Amino acid sequence: MGWFLRRVAQSLLMLWVVISLVFLSINFVPGDPAELLLAQDGGSPDPIMVEMLREELGLNRPMLEQYTRKMGDLLQGDLGTSIVDGSPVGQEVMRRLPRTLELIGAAGILSLLIGIPAGVLSALRPRSLFSRIAALLAGTAQSIPVFVLGTLFVILFATVLGWLPAGGFTPFGRDPGRHMMLLILPAATIALGLSAIVFRITRASMLDVLPLDFIRTARAKGVPARRVIIRHALRNALMPVITVFALQLGGLLAGTVLVETVFNWPGLSGMLVAGVNARDYPVVTGVIVVVSAFYIGLNLLVDVIYGLTDPRVRK
Amino acid sequence: MTKARTPLLQVSNLTVGFQTGPGYRDVVRDVSFSVAGGETLAIVGESGSGKSVTSMALMQLLPRATSRITGRVEFQGTDLLTLDERRMERIRGDRISMIFQEPMTSLNPVMTIGAQIAESILMHRRIGRAQARAEALAMMDRVRIPSAAGRFDDYPHQFSGGMRQRVMIAAALACQPDLLIADEPTTALDVTIQAQVLDLIKELQAESGMGVIFITHDMGVVAEVADRTLVMYHGDVIEAGTTTQIFDAPSQTYTRALLSAVPRPGSMAGIDAPTPYPVFDIAEGRMSPPAERPDTLQADQPPLLEVKDLSKRFAIQSKLLKRVTARVHAVEGVNLTLRRGETLSIVGESGCGKSTTGKLITGLHPRDEGEVVIAGRKLDRVSAAERAHDIQMIFQDPYASLNPRLRVGEAITEPLRIHGTVPRAQEREIAAQLLDRVGLKAEMADRFPHEFSGGQRQRICVARALVMKPKVIVADEAVSALDVTMKTQVVNLMMDLQAEMGLGFLFISHDMAVVERISHRIAVMYLGQIVEIGPRAEIFGNPRHPYTRRLLSAVPVPDPARRNQRGAVPVTELKSPIRPPDYRRPAQHYTQVSPDHFILETGAESL
Repeated sequence: MGWFLRRVAQSLLMLWVVISLVFLSINFVPGDPAELLLAQDGGSPDPIMVEMLREELGLNRPMLEQYTRKMGDLLQGDLGTSIVDGSPVGQEVMRRLPRTLELIGAAGILSLLIGIPAGVLSALRPRSLFSRIAALLAGTAQSIPVFVLGTLFVILFATVLGWLPAGGFTPFGRDPGRHMMLLILPAATIALGLSAIVFRITRASMLDVLPLDFIRTARAKGVPARRVIIRHALRNALMPVITVFALQLGGLLAGTVLVETVFNWPGLSGMLVAGVNARDYPVVTGVIVVVSAFYIGLNLLVDVIYGLTDPRVRK
Repeated sequence: MTKARTPLLQVSNLTVGFQTGPGYRDVVRDVSFSVAGGETLAIVGESGSGKSVTSMALMQLLPRATSRITGRVEFQGTDLLTLDERRMERIRGDRISMIFQEPMTSLNPVMTIGAQIAESILMHRRIGRAQARAEALAMMDRVRIPSAAGRFDDYPHQFSGGMRQRVMIAAALACQPDLLIADEPTTALDVTIQAQVLDLIKELQAESGMGVIFITHDMGVVAEVADRTLVMYHGDVIEAGTTTQIFDAPSQTYTRALLSAVPRPGSMAGIDAPTPYPVFDIAEGRMSPPAERPDTLQADQPPLLEVKDLSKRFAIQSKLLKRVTARVHAVEGVNLTLRRGETLSIVGESGCGKSTTGKLITGLHPRDEGEVVIAGRKLDRVSAAERAHDIQMIFQDPYASLNPRLRVGEAITEPLRIHGTVPRAQEREIAAQLLDRVGLKAEMADRFPHEFSGGQRQRICVARALVMKPKVIVADEAVSALDVTMKTQVVNLMMDLQAEMGLGFLFISHDMAVVERISHRIAVMYLGQIVEIGPRAEIFGNPRHPYTRRLLSAVPVPDPARRNQRGAVPVTELKSPIRPPDYRRPAQHYTQVSPDHFILETGAESL
């Protein structure tokens, strides 16, 4: 239990460091945000307008005051308001976050379902035809960029075969069937590359575990082959898989831009890109803070799972 | 002991081959033997003799695709070699069980030990989990795991090696098998723990009447446990018979060689100076006794090494605040002297501080207290570079202590290059001379470590230690990982070099057989302190400290006739040298028993 609390404390500290870094980097970026905002259409902005905006955004306050105020807002769960349209950032993030999470979640589950069994089978018979084909497919899947794959999927399944819609989003509450249909292609696009990674790690890790002494012990006890593989080998082999998988998922939180764009999926990374383009700093900060919080939370979760799977970690 | 019984297991003409390229290479040839219920058969041999492959073949645990097994393995009327995997699974763990050498790695690290014992039962009996748990608990009691119920849900890493081996035995015997195959079950354990585990196996066998196949390289263990013995060499059975026959009248030179390396308490009695092992020639089948030689000890010379009040503690800190919560008292007030041409052995069990002592003396670890004087100079006053000329070290594992990417010639002369003492052009010549000196060929300098056997590698390590022409060599378990024949050769080599160069050896070992051969004097360490120190003959012939006695009594007696004379070794774990931070060691008082022979006066609480 002490171990768990320590990890939580570490995570909170990490989150604070990330937020501070984001705050600092935005402040140290050359150029005045207010000036940049008003200069968007080209030409020099009216200095009075700039001063008014600075006042409005609190940019004329000392940095320390800006920082403490920002931290205070964040502690109360207030991510600020968008400069561009004045809408609360928190609300928009909360509207979009579940969509991105859903997409990543679906892709993650799909890739585990493909990658783990394929990795195990391939480790059991490393020189079989199956293993060779799987390795080839994994290599290919990893080397195709998602936007190419997404476009290919759209052409094949939407345009040529007409089985699935090409893109868009319908809330689950309004039409569950349509919602799921729209989810399939973007999720599959992400899952293909991810499953190749899961496959490789599972295979390598299983190949490390299978020759170990305790596997021989289990066989000598008369444990059937299937149970030896799942209960004894796979459980020990899963740890590197969990680590890599979680890191990949975390990366996807902000990295699904291309897929969300190709399939017109109104997720979080679309919001980040729009925010950066419009120099809407509260939006950028808001999205980064939420994404980092998720990333750190995910890492904490991995450590907890680690502790549950491997008793030696708990100390 | 051996009565005519119908055999439980009858192995006939067993041959095992492994696929290499297009064909098969036989690693076990034409092996036949039988085991009856209640009987113990030992299969003895060195690494590569095929003894473990034989046992794996009986259990059908070798990969079916790449191995070829011929012959018959008849067990209770069935030829096991004809069974498919599914039917074999029903026999494994139920009728025939197996325990292995490495208790540290042979248990699944992520399953509780209780679950691993219960698993054996659940696989073979139609019973519920609760009942399996109860039976597993009963089994833990039978193998004498203290407070079994409280430890059921603990994981393997929370147990010591000896206790893990008990867990292994509990899992193996949970279904009351008719036959137990024990593959080097005590090799990785300390000698007192080994004695406990051997006792346990014997007791369980007496209770259940199972047959036991005991695979080992240790003739002392054979004498202790086996009714009959099979000696294997390079895949062939070269000698078989009752254990008494094998020990009293071995017909093969190889068997005699194996026997010559066994600790025979008293075999060195009456001989003052260390004596090399007899040399045997397998090809010619001859055994030549060691050459007569004068003692290497030069008692009139000033001492090479003086160690005074050496201490080392390792702090254990709390995780968060880094406060010292306890200290491991690894070395406590150790005093030693080593003279020219002398071998002083430090013996003791894992964790007693003998290796740390070696590292403190060579300066590999900084010490907390005390003084080390090498060849008249204090260790602190000497730079690391100069120290290398005085003292060198040989380590236990010749596989891990040579850089795999460095040619052995370079490995040997690397110290010279580091210290820049010799022009590069001469390095090859020096490497060649040293290789020749340690019994290898000069042209081997261009090869890589993996091309050598374990014994050859240890010779290379010896050559590397010699290159700086040191006065003292600390040999930390230098021959413990070697097979018996290799071990005798490396020990003889070390003794020859000592005679030639007047080296002082600090020989750190847990192997009483080798220690008895090589030592002038012996220091027994326990919980970081020297509890007894004295001439070799005194320590073996007249041990005074209770721990020394316990250690010696646990060494297997290599005489089948004297089996069971060793008293039962109490089930104790080694005491821990971890003390609270405010602990002060009580003053040490040594009592002189006879000239040069001292024992530590010990309070009852520390044993």
